[in-house]
Amino acid sequence: MLAAIGVGSMDDLLVDIPQSLRIAALELPAGLSEFETMAQIESLAARNRIFADRLTFRGGGVYRRFIPAAVAAVTSKPEFYSAYTPYQPEASQGTLQAIYEFQTLISELTALDVANASMYDGATAVAEAAMMAHIHTGRNEVVVAGYLHPEYMEVLRAFSEGRGIKVRKGTEPNSKTAAVVFQQPDFLGLLVDAAGLTETAHKAGALAIACVDPISLAIVAPPGEYGADIAAGEGQQLGLSPSYGGPHVGFIACRKELVRRLPGRLIGSAHDAEGRRGFVLTLTAREQHIRRERASSNICTNHSLCALAASVYMTYMGPDGMRQVAEVGFKRAHSLAERLSALPGWEMAFPERQFLNEFPIRVPKGPSVIRKLARKGILGGLDVHRWFRELKGVVTFTCTEVNDPRALDELVEALAK
Amino acid sequence: MTELLSFEKSRPNAHGPRLPEADVKAAGPSEVLPPELLRARPPGLPRLSEAEIMRHYSRLASLNYSISEQFYPLGSCTMKYNPVANEAAAALPGFTDLHPYQDEDTVQGALSLMWRLEQALCAVVGVDRVTLQPAAGAHGEWTALKMIRALHHSKGEARTEVLVPDSAHGTNPASAALSGFHVVEVKSGPDGRISLADLESKLSPKVAALMLTNPNTLGLFEREILDVAELVHATGAMLYYDGANLNAFMGICRPGDMGFDAVHMNLHKTFTTPHGGGGPGAGPVGVKADLVPFLPTPTVERLNGHLKLDFKRPKSIGRVRSFYGNFGMLVRAYTYIVAMGGDGLTQASHDAVLSANYLKSQVDGLLDMPHEGPCMHEFVASAHNLAPQGIKALDVAKGLLERDFYAPTIYFPLVVPEALMVEPTETESKATLDAFATAIREIVKQAKESPEELHQAPHGLPVGRLDEVATARKINAYLQGQSEDPILRWKPAP
Repeated sequence: MLAAIGVGSMDDLLVDIPQSLRIAALELPAGLSEFETMAQIESLAARNRIFADRLTFRGGGVYRRFIPAAVAAVTSKPEFYSAYTPYQPEASQGTLQAIYEFQTLISELTALDVANASMYDGATAVAEAAMMAHIHTGRNEVVVAGYLHPEYMEVLRAFSEGRGIKVRKGTEPNSKTAAVVFQQPDFLGLLVDAAGLTETAHKAGALAIACVDPISLAIVAPPGEYGADIAAGEGQQLGLSPSYGGPHVGFIACRKELVRRLPGRLIGSAHDAEGRRGFVLTLTAREQHIRRERASSNICTNHSLCALAASVYMTYMGPDGMRQVAEVGFKRAHSLAERLSALPGWEMAFPERQFLNEFPIRVPKGPSVIRKLARKGILGGLDVHRWFRELKGVVTFTCTEVNDPRALDELVEALAK
Repeated sequence: MTELLSFEKSRPNAHGPRLPEADVKAAGPSEVLPPELLRARPPGLPRLSEAEIMRHYSRLASLNYSISEQFYPLGSCTMKYNPVANEAAAALPGFTDLHPYQDEDTVQGALSLMWRLEQALCAVVGVDRVTLQPAAGAHGEWTALKMIRALHHSKGEARTEVLVPDSAHGTNPASAALSGFHVVEVKSGPDGRISLADLESKLSPKVAALMLTNPNTLGLFEREILDVAELVHATGAMLYYDGANLNAFMGICRPGDMGFDAVHMNLHKTFTTPHGGGGPGAGPVGVKADLVPFLPTPTVERLNGHLKLDFKRPKSIGRVRSFYGNFGMLVRAYTYIVAMGGDGLTQASHDAVLSANYLKSQVDGLLDMPHEGPCMHEFVASAHNLAPQGIKALDVAKGLLERDFYAPTIYFPLVVPEALMVEPTETESKATLDAFATAIREIVKQAKESPEELHQAPHGLPVGRLDEVATARKINAYLQGQSEDPILRWKPAP
């Protein structure tokens, strides 16, 4: 090959690199066989403690759920995972159609007009939704009502800082407010007055951004039904494993008036000269590779394969399956809440508030109780005091379809002792 | 062949999957919650059997070109083979079933992997620390610029401009603008490299950073990089490295030694985590000591052999995403690094440069080569020589699809007319490169003999060229209320 190029050695190809920059070797160990490599990686995996699905009662944005085998069977197809952003539509119809279906599934779930082709996670989806509102209204303030996931809040602040947007907590927007952001159900699992907050936002001329749990939308009113302008959220529960926090998938859906403000990829239907339907990347004039510094977002690579996983999950579950898992989690959480509240000293933190499958409860000596549970192989609730000073002793517990009734018994028994 | 949508295949009578019952004494949501909180109309999700779903996605998969079946020379994207061992590693239950809010003492394996990956990346690019949090390259750029901004602020300097070469990736100016900077373009010289004179004229105390990729998007090493670094640093600005092209020189040289202060890496390019049809990726950012205090929280720290997450970093720019990054991708990248070792990574870059130069030599003379001399891991050709036949880069790309090759990146960088940016990577054999060169030869011949045929390419794919303009027009009609079809999603016929 060197001869064909017309050079004598590899060094002749590297002549542009100044000699002073050349290094002798990388300070890394030498390579290993696959067998040795896997032994090393497996030993790292073995140093993590894994709690059984059924005995995991911790949520806080990442949940253990049943994942149909169909999901991995599809996402492990190299035709999907080893392709890239579908720049050449004729040779990328598989990805394009799958993501077009994802856009449709998310639009249906949120009852909004259009969804994009995915974001990195729930936190960046909420932050990008706020940026959409800022661009759309020309206003420079975002109001966050209630208990938004604290990490989403941090990311929202990080995104806002560069654009000179002020983020404040509260429920009263004014003429400077671009959007009111709320989470339904909130970080603690409590349902908020989404319709009321939406109305308040609109009265001030601001947009309403709902951060939603996609499974919950099988039973609770979706943003489109109460008039919210943008829905954003985390799709981990749609067939993705916790995986220590990622990769998961964010989503954004909106009313049609906001479509041109959407960040990232959008896929639309198209036809060829013979009238065959296909799918293409579209409205690219919003994007960084066309508009550069005037783009609506800098996002390029998104979370396409995770969006594919979510699509397989939603298609597998269908409307009935989604509703079933949402209801099972709801009933089990309500049963658990009742039993935990009966323990001496335990009481619901917000007894007047409704919840779905995650709820906050005051636990005497919370941290030590949770440690005690861990010794029995139970991943107990999440101590939320670390984020919210006013929630001392408050722990949130979560139930899904994987926490069978016997697991609930085991939890209560462990606590009663 | 095209495929019906899952929605079009849906059967109203298909049963949902068998799922557990609640089996507890508790009322359901419709009995507990007030009606206004309940969903009024069920979501229109498809109803299909598992068998139908599996066939649906298998058929969709067969419509894709991918590295697993085709040569995929998409420039700047480093489409190298994704070792399947990476997938096996990331699928270990010790990783997949780990909750991000588990206590530190139960996640020592995960933190150790992150720590070791950070150390390895520091060694490859020559920096002091790395944050693994950013989810993709563009996210990493933005994270780095926020750190640079914070550093200048901490010194009481309000620097408002970021310099970006005209050949830069589109994400560079976009990330700079979103970090609150005004973007100023720096011109390339006639040799395709950054013009020192133009750079000098644009440097001022207002400049916060110069964003640069090296080798640049033309595949050319910035020979005067040390002079560039000196000029930039002399004005108090920082030098930022866009790591899209890192595959060119692992084990040969390091951005940190060139004077770069912040460096992002694309684990999905250089370190073989799969591209996933458009992600997930991972975009860690490495920094020199000056920028370390500003790293996002949390960082992974080691104390007496125990690893912990450090949230108490007063100067930190805060969080750029939830949790600790795309952990599953970090597992894959670390597995690759362990398997390759320092020697393997160095060999990979040597082979990537050899492949690119070889392919360039085989295509030279068929297409224009706007820049002389050796390239690094990729090269940019131009289809400008086919202009007399009315053939454009797009036609060449479609001709390649027809011959079972994915197309190079086209119309980028913007500084080359009718650009075709070719990155073969180290994992392709000489036979594949020869076959690609033969395809280019055929296409050039076809361009000269029967250009109209090439205009019609590709034949034999699931669809021919799609009318993107009509799509945009129809979306416009929908957005203006003149049509009920959103085009951006499926809707049942009224």
